[in-house]
Amino acid sequence: MSTISPEQPAPAAATTLETEVLIIGGGVTGTGIMRDLALRGIHSILIDKIDLCAGASGGNHGLLHSGARYVSTDLEAAIECRQENELLKRLAPHCIEATGGLFVAVEGDDPAFADEFPELCRRAGIRCDELTVAEARKLEPHLSDRLVRACRVPDATVDPFHLALANVDHARLTNGSLYRSHTELLRFEIVDGEIRSAVCRDHRTLAPLTIRARQVVNAGGAWAMNIARLAGCADVDLLYAKGTLLVNHDRMTRHVVNRLRPPGDGDILVPGGTVSILGTTSTRIQDLDHVAPTVDEIDRNIREGAAMIPALAGARYTRAFSRVRPLLQGTGNASDRAASRGFALLDHRSQGLANFCTITGGKLTTFRLMAEKAADLVAGRLGNRQAGTTATVPLPGDDAGRWTEPGAAPKHWYKLNDPGDMILCECEMVPQSAIDEIVATPPGAEREVMSIEAISLRSRVGKGPCQGSFCGIRVASYLYDSGYYRDAAGLVHMRDFFDERFKGQRPVIWGRQAAQMELAEALHCGLLGLDALDAD
Amino acid sequence: MNMIEQPRNFTTELAVIGSGIAGFAASVFAVNRKIATALAGNSGAVAYTTGYLDLLGRLDGIATAVTDPWEGLLHLRQTQPKHPLGRIAVADLRAGFDEFTSFLGSGGIAYSRAGDRNVTALTPAGTLKQTLCVPATMAAGPRAFAARAACVIVDFEGLKGFSSREVVANLGGRWPGLAAQRIGFPDMARGEVYPEVMARALEVPATRERLATALQGVAGPARVIGLPAILGVHRPDRVHADLERLTGLEIFEIPTMPPSVPGVRLRELLEQALPKRGVTLIPQQKVTGLGFDGDGATLDLRDSYGPIRIRARAVILATGRFLSGGLEAHPDRIAEPLLDLPVTQPAGRADWYRERYTDVRGHPLHRAGIEVDAESRPLGRDGRPCSERLFAAGVIVAHQDWIRSRSGAGIAIATAYQAVGAAERYLRGSSGGLAATPSLNRQVVVPGE
Repeated sequence: MSTISPEQPAPAAATTLETEVLIIGGGVTGTGIMRDLALRGIHSILIDKIDLCAGASGGNHGLLHSGARYVSTDLEAAIECRQENELLKRLAPHCIEATGGLFVAVEGDDPAFADEFPELCRRAGIRCDELTVAEARKLEPHLSDRLVRACRVPDATVDPFHLALANVDHARLTNGSLYRSHTELLRFEIVDGEIRSAVCRDHRTLAPLTIRARQVVNAGGAWAMNIARLAGCADVDLLYAKGTLLVNHDRMTRHVVNRLRPPGDGDILVPGGTVSILGTTSTRIQDLDHVAPTVDEIDRNIREGAAMIPALAGARYTRAFSRVRPLLQGTGNASDRAASRGFALLDHRSQGLANFCTITGGKLTTFRLMAEKAADLVAGRLGNRQAGTTATVPLPGDDAGRWTEPGAAPKHWYKLNDPGDMILCECEMVPQSAIDEIVATPPGAEREVMSIEAISLRSRVGKGPCQGSFCGIRVASYLYDSGYYRDAAGLVHMRDFFDERFKGQRPVIWGRQAAQMELAEALHCGLLGLDALDAD
Repeated sequence: MNMIEQPRNFTTELAVIGSGIAGFAASVFAVNRKIATALAGNSGAVAYTTGYLDLLGRLDGIATAVTDPWEGLLHLRQTQPKHPLGRIAVADLRAGFDEFTSFLGSGGIAYSRAGDRNVTALTPAGTLKQTLCVPATMAAGPRAFAARAACVIVDFEGLKGFSSREVVANLGGRWPGLAAQRIGFPDMARGEVYPEVMARALEVPATRERLATALQGVAGPARVIGLPAILGVHRPDRVHADLERLTGLEIFEIPTMPPSVPGVRLRELLEQALPKRGVTLIPQQKVTGLGFDGDGATLDLRDSYGPIRIRARAVILATGRFLSGGLEAHPDRIAEPLLDLPVTQPAGRADWYRERYTDVRGHPLHRAGIEVDAESRPLGRDGRPCSERLFAAGVIVAHQDWIRSRSGAGIAIATAYQAVGAAERYLRGSSGGLAATPSLNRQVVVPGE
């Protein structure tokens, strides 16, 4: 057990940190920039207001696009996806499952689109095999009997949490670059056209922190426009598209299944570990900080998804979530789905700043390329002439993401074969030894005060059918037991963890989930009194 | 082979559907009133109970605990006139608790009598909980806490989800004489141990002796020991008394995470005691059909030997909520699946839950349920009783949030008491009257009948 404990704060942290590059935003792009710079010998500090992948990076299907989805709307993006897909499969295979993907049309879908599709794929260099309906249904028995067309493409799935953890760990080990979670940017100190420092605070304790850096990268994703404005830059122009997705309790297919028609609601089902993710609706929004799935979005996803896979209509859903996709302001007449999925790198020279840049837009599949472009600019500005190497250096990551991968924890537990090493999360088979390790050396965190929520981000804890309602209690008990918690902090962490998990469960509580919730609430509130912690 | 299945038929005066606390309590009240009774239906959520019998521990929306539940009930009556606990006379409520706990006591699980104030009881997280009646095996805990007596909480190697250090970490500030110890359970050397297995092992005298020796070894100067709830499944009072005798210490249990031993105890006790008192018990089977005609009601269900049909003159619906299947949450509405009774509910799915899970006000979904009249009869869509023969009990009834108000047992016992009273009035008043003695000789459905 580690010696850190929530009520024994580390020696007073320095209130000013120095680095060459400050990166704002712990999504896949920000962590990718951190690693890319480290490989060029450049030290950075990465900060996030919440924690890794708290925005769109963690709120998507986990789809590694083949590019086929974009062949009809954005050929350039399709080609970029194809290239990055091939590259990541080679360099980060431990984060990827090469599932393959199907595009399927059902009765009533526009035949013209399906007719064109294979040729469009060929133009983008994407392999596309046309299948007979019988072949497709043999591959995926859940497909509708109203199927009329099917094509196979090299779609795959990727674990963004694993990617982010591996990026951060590789950077840390390479040159001591730092990641700080829960660090909120308040303002910049700008002197003579240069950002001198960023004034931040700990989002939880409100403790102030100043970070001095020679270069500042804004990788804030959907928040990039707000961050740029803090630096006085008015040239970041984003549209916000809210997407809502559902987590299905079962893995229903081996392949990613896409609807063979122009992009629309409920047109994709992505398998991931033991579950599947169904999406996506797209709605324009203005307010970034209050996004939650609506009943209508959920019902639309299920209705449309069931056209491809009828079993989705009566399936058990454990979660739903909405995240904001930053879309670059397009020509103005295109729909959000047709708006560019490409990315933009702004050097802000026109805004009178010489050491600030913004990278935004894009998509999970192209994060490495985005990070490389941003790192090229930053390295050049620092006078570093070393070329980026992320297109050739494999991503290590045996350790950082070992607990986030479905099935990894039980394998580890089985190998250890220690009857005293009890399973704490029974849905996902996470043993005590995994919790010990995460708390002692938190992946992707330099000095992290761990909470149950932070452990959950770094493992499969809480990801199974019970959604943490039982294992949250067991993990807390275990952490009390091992001396990590010594006062009511563990109860507060437990409550906060359940509150946080509930946000995703809330929109899909019907059927068996209603029974599961009733049991959870009887336990958490009726017995343990977590709804009244502040009162007693 | 094509077999035609002949249903096995049972005839009774009262059929109780649902074997949670409400269904069990209704059966107890019915046999005490010499009403021939059959009990059927899912096992319900009884295995998830803690053993504590709550009446009213919190008032919805107010964060502070209720120490005087009777005063709380007065408040409830004024502020929530439709609340099921606001619709029963205090004398009836006390009588119901006494009658139910006496029955449990006669079966080997003695309970403290309902007092004038709530008991401050312990939880496995080291938080405190207001409840009305505690089993004898748990009673020394609240007493020791009230006196702040020197006390050692003992947990076991290999028992997860129960940490004595957790209890002490959260309660020690208010209870300075509290300490934590860990021991190995006798003859369960290495690996995981399970409460129910430990409880059954402690029914063996030799295991108790070895545990007693281990407990004496860690008690130090303390005269009181707290344990997870593992002191036997059958006749826990004996296991508890014997362990106190062997150790010379006061011993109490703290409930554990569900499914916990106290829940298993209650279920097994009632499943054994009720047939002895003449109840026809068809356990663990879901009733799939219920219909009414001029002469009575017909229940359809099946077990592994085939279909069963029960004819009854009156029926108590005690099928619970979502966990036990008494209510179903469909994407577009909350439904009562057996009779499709109208369910009072929030306007739409978006309104079922509040934003924050642990919002102290509770969630609107939990106040959904069926409506009953003053005679406990469920109301149909026309606002009139759905049948003169049908009565309802338990948390299926609307306008309460048993979780947030810590009133699950209270609502179950209160509504069962009223429903049996109403059913008795109906049976005695209707033509034919009640049979003088239970007409059934069959008590438990046995294989092959």
